[in-house]
Amino acid sequence: MNLLKEVFMKYGYFPGCSQTGSAKEYDISLRKVIEKLGVSFDEIEDWSCCGATSAHVTNHKLSTALAMRNIMLAEQQGMENIIAPCAACYNRLIMSQFEIANHSGIRKETEELLSASFQKDVKVFNVLELFLNIGIDKIIENRKRELNDLKVACYYGCLLVRPSGLTKFDDAEQPESMEKIAEATGAKTIDWNYKVECCGAAHSIARRDIVVDLSKKILDDAKYHGANVMIVACPMCHTNLDMRQRVMKRTYPEHEDFPVLYITELIGLALGMDEKELGIDLHFIDFNYKDLVPENSGVG
Amino acid sequence: MSVNTLKETNKLLASFVPPASFTDEEQEPLNTSVQLHRHNIADEISERTFQDVSLCYQCGKCSSGCPVRYYMDIAPNKVVRLIQLGFYEEALKSSTPWLCAGCQTCSARCPKEFDLAKFMDAVREIAIEKGIEVKEKNILKFHKAFLDQIKSHGRSYEAGLVAEYKMKTLDLLQDVDSAPGMYLKGKLAILPHNIKDRKGVKSIFKKTSGK
Ligand code: SF4
Ligand code: SF4
Repeated sequence: MNLLKEVFMKYGYFPGCSQTGSAKEYDISLRKVIEKLGVSFDEIEDWSCCGATSAHVTNHKLSTALAMRNIMLAEQQGMENIIAPCAACYNRLIMSQFEIANHSGIRKETEELLSASFQKDVKVFNVLELFLNIGIDKIIENRKRELNDLKVACYYGCLLVRPSGLTKFDDAEQPESMEKIAEATGAKTIDWNYKVECCGAAHSIARRDIVVDLSKKILDDAKYHGANVMIVACPMCHTNLDMRQRVMKRTYPEHEDFPVLYITELIGLALGMDEKELGIDLHFIDFNYKDLVPENSGVG
Repeated sequence: MSVNTLKETNKLLASFVPPASFTDEEQEPLNTSVQLHRHNIADEISERTFQDVSLCYQCGKCSSGCPVRYYMDIAPNKVVRLIQLGFYEEALKSSTPWLCAGCQTCSARCPKEFDLAKFMDAVREIAIEKGIEVKEKNILKFHKAFLDQIKSHGRSYEAGLVAEYKMKTLDLLQDVDSAPGMYLKGKLAILPHNIKDRKGVKSIFKKTSGK
């Protein structure tokens, strides 16, 4: 057990493109939170785009090679376990690994493209698995405040839990791991219907109308079931659910702002960090924990 | 021919007359409105996706749970049916594969374990290779603009992506409300993040897409 813990204290890190731009607060909060929990990251040197979504939907060979280039680098740099915080990157990386492992033709072709050969097993984890590996107890032990005024809708989106035969860490229709993690912060979680519904993902620019409709349904269902905040573990979901609320108001004038946080920001708040430190002020929809706390409750 | 409505799709599917026997000679030109052979495309998709397209028995569960179904011209399961029966042009011209968000809800629920999301990947890929005119042009333009950034920088460069996409679509007004906000929040990097081994990434592009 101790040995296992030891192994899981250090991870290779594949940030993914969004983490350097539109989702920089996800990167900031993730790094801060794991440091508090005693885990360290080594960023994969010279990592490149994993190919999600554009390569994947137009050119299979290209997408497998782009994804595997990063696995190759991780292997060369001696990493055994890597974290991919973006659900789309995570999905692309494990799918490509699966294809390499199961189809010798694809393996050969990709190895030729990269002039490399894959020997070791590099295990890719998503952010939920990371916190489960670290242990819920660890969050509880380090908690500086209880976020018990939060009623959280945990939104998984599509790519964290599917295909379940590959992701293997939670149920594809009724996952519960994010709830477990959220509850460790003292927050309450709600039961709702849209936790694995799609937000429209990469159509955010080319078919914004679709993304607005789908995201609206997701936000509404969370509100309807009593949530006062939503948490996500994917930069694409966050863009669609947070930033797109501005345009949403044009299509749906009655829409009211609904805050959407990254799961790492929620944990960060529980560990005693403030909104600014975690980059929550970079969101388009404001969120301030103190606003939700009834006065004189002594919390916050 | 390109089908746009449920009625048209159903009519087309109903017009299929199964051949009396499936001997090799009779199998060739079958209900194809373009000069694409049955053997080629259905088999091509089966090969690329490592699953036989005939696995799908048309229960429709995929389409009933598809979040984007409402915006598509043909239901996802019917695109499979069109391919099964050899109506390739109709399937390849459909907006469905382009609007498919790849969410894999269908694949997760299919009683035959047919990976429909993967099937859609192959249909798109083949449509591009055959130079079929894509209905959802902006989606394709977006993907091209995105890949251009990766090809030049190794990573996505969001400001470049937005600029190139706008040039490609001449849609200069769309997104005016989010891009400045992203700048203000320091989220859109002014300069690209260039990786060191750009040559290596470029060569992957060259070898896989010939460009
Ligand atoms: S759920 Fe599966 S078997 Fe049923 S129609 Fe869809 S792809 Fe075919
Ligand atoms: S993967 Fe595509 S076809 Fe399947 S449910 Fe999702 S959007 Fe629909």
